[in-house]
Amino acid sequence: MTATPELSYVRILPEIILSICGIVVMFVEPLLPQRGSHKSLGVFSFVGTLAALIASLYQTNYPGWGWFNMIRVDEFSVFFHVLICAISAVVILASFEYLETQEIRGGEYYALILFGTVGMVLMSSAVELVLIFIALEISSIATYVLAGYRRRAATSAESSIKYFLLGSFATAFFLYGVALMFGATGSTSIYTISSALQSGQVTLGASSVPVSYSLAYVAVALMFVGLGFKVASAPFHIWTPDVYEGAPAPVVALMSTGPKAAAFAVMLRILFGAGIDTSKAWFWLVWISAALSMTLGNLGALLQSNVKRMLAYSSIAHAGYLLVAFAAVIAPNARDTGISAAIFYAAAYAAMNVGAFAVVSHFARHGERYVNFEDYAGLGKRSPILAATLSIFLLSLLGLPATGGFFAKFYVFNAAIKSDLIWLTVIGLINSAIASYYYLRLIVVMYMYEPQPGEEKLQLRAAPGLTAALVITAIITIWLGVRPAGVLDYATRGASRLLPSFQQSSNLSR
Amino acid sequence: MIPLSWYLILSAILFAIGVASFLIKRSIITIFMSIELMLNAVNLTFVAFANHWHQVSGQVFVFFVMVVAAAEAAVGLAIVLAVFRTRETLNVDQVNLLKL
Amino acid sequence: MPNQPLPYYVNYLPVLLQIVVACLVAGGMVALSALLGKHRYSRTKMQAYECGMVGTGDARQRFSVKFYMVAMLFILFDVEAIFLIPWAVIYRKLPAAIAPALGAGPRDFSARMFGFWEMLVYIGIVLVGFFYIWKKGALDWNATTEKTDF
Repeated sequence: MTATPELSYVRILPEIILSICGIVVMFVEPLLPQRGSHKSLGVFSFVGTLAALIASLYQTNYPGWGWFNMIRVDEFSVFFHVLICAISAVVILASFEYLETQEIRGGEYYALILFGTVGMVLMSSAVELVLIFIALEISSIATYVLAGYRRRAATSAESSIKYFLLGSFATAFFLYGVALMFGATGSTSIYTISSALQSGQVTLGASSVPVSYSLAYVAVALMFVGLGFKVASAPFHIWTPDVYEGAPAPVVALMSTGPKAAAFAVMLRILFGAGIDTSKAWFWLVWISAALSMTLGNLGALLQSNVKRMLAYSSIAHAGYLLVAFAAVIAPNARDTGISAAIFYAAAYAAMNVGAFAVVSHFARHGERYVNFEDYAGLGKRSPILAATLSIFLLSLLGLPATGGFFAKFYVFNAAIKSDLIWLTVIGLINSAIASYYYLRLIVVMYMYEPQPGEEKLQLRAAPGLTAALVITAIITIWLGVRPAGVLDYATRGASRLLPSFQQSSNLSR
Repeated sequence: MIPLSWYLILSAILFAIGVASFLIKRSIITIFMSIELMLNAVNLTFVAFANHWHQVSGQVFVFFVMVVAAAEAAVGLAIVLAVFRTRETLNVDQVNLLKL
Repeated sequence: MPNQPLPYYVNYLPVLLQIVVACLVAGGMVALSALLGKHRYSRTKMQAYECGMVGTGDARQRFSVKFYMVAMLFILFDVEAIFLIPWAVIYRKLPAAIAPALGAGPRDFSARMFGFWEMLVYIGIVLVGFFYIWKKGALDWNATTEKTDF
């Protein structure tokens, strides 16, 4: 560690802030009256996530390594830090109203969101596999509990147990991959691994031993399985619809975007930071997973009558589009474009998906009873503004021009064409066409159908917190569609950090 | 000296048993135990490699994995209780409200 | 071949002998008494021996959920000790090991106190967790289940 120790603390400053806020919430919660509202804790947590967001921006002044080279702060990590902190902040805003209508008490909800956020942001800046594993578990364990937060609902408990069992199953695979990588290269630091894989030698003191490449490849395959579960890419996507249907809607907004972005960040770090991309086998692994995710996700979404399930399948499909960008990176002539497209996609997807689930959480009402397509009938008349907002998010998920979703898809397919992935692009475009059916169907239901009898007069007014959340996500969604250049620029800089950095570090270690 | 490969084969077998029983068993608690078996198989791999590379770090990782496994166990048992309270069963075939 | 080092598992030979002897003695006693003894069963003989209790009911009855609760909390706080022991073992060597990474000398204040403060933070976090479960009534055996709802 070349830096002074104080800088080490700066490099985990967002994590420190989030942890302290979470611990304070846990400490204060039992002292508050049991039956009262815990909104004050929610406001405090919101301020905490904002502080963490500002701290991440502050980190741009101090890029570099920290904590015995386990943490690396660069444009890449800062981008994901800001993204994930923003997701959590918006989700907390959207949760105020939801917790009230569902009559869920307990400030631990906010503490769990904060702890989960700690795990996610740590995943994006960690460059040591065991630390990544621990961060992954911190975020997972928090979201397992959050998924079961509608305690009296059997569906919520079921969603929680499914998420828990399959999630721990997947992390065990990831961990086995880490162990085998440790065995192949004698290290768990991504940059040491990369130099070992490039030189083919493990240096231990004076002697050096050849690297076992077969072991390293098995290790990456196992890690891919573990991360594939987390991002809900096919064929590891089975849990997604069930879990998203049962879990509370704001929690789904968090766990369909935050852990996903973080897991993609880890994938980028491992696949490209460790320099494993040269092998053809990995290309086909990602290629097949991308094609399967897009196809199965979109076809599954066609059949759904529950809006939450529909969005769950759509999230599988979007994981597929993101993996197209990965496949583009692996083909060697579009490195920067591919990575920056993936980063941009993660941001755009987060904005529109959090927004969509925020609206769903509002329409669901007490006990989450109104989540089917027919319940959305006539919403265009009953609450025109909310329906319009949801339409923006749906159109963006569909990828209509002037929304963030359009440019996200555009950059991804642009990168794919640049690296001659014609077939993958064709599959992706066909899938986008299929997707238009179910997104537009919801919009049609909202605007063209008559409301259910007895509900024509029912006005649904959004509480201030939810309104703020929707305004923020809608503005970001449209902003990314009108002026994507700024964010893309930053994403490109993050991408360029990711690639040359390992070359530099491997030069140093030689 | 027992060769490294023996440890690796043993842990691979243990891991495979964990995966198999995860897929076969029908009681949530047993499924849960098979996940623990998988994690412990990984622990064995870590220790074997730590010995192979003469690095203490591999053994330290085992500590972390054990702590994570314990945290998972606590949360898992809590979720199992929640499932039992709402469904009165721990058989995964009967926990099926959410289906395609 | 006196200079050849013996394989290390030779050290386990006494253990093996012990196991074999134990099995032989214990198994032999049971087998001999079963083979040589006379068996005349009567109602009195089949009852529990002397001070033993007459069995009632089924052993497979349900436990209170509270046991799970305590078991869960026990696991957590038990495992936390895992980090304390290695820390305590190397505490005196810690400054010398940590100093180069901190950019300080081994006698510097920051290097000497680093391990101490880090562990203090850790214990502090554990104590907050303890405070939380205590205040939530998870340690109160007689509390109603409503309160101990996790």
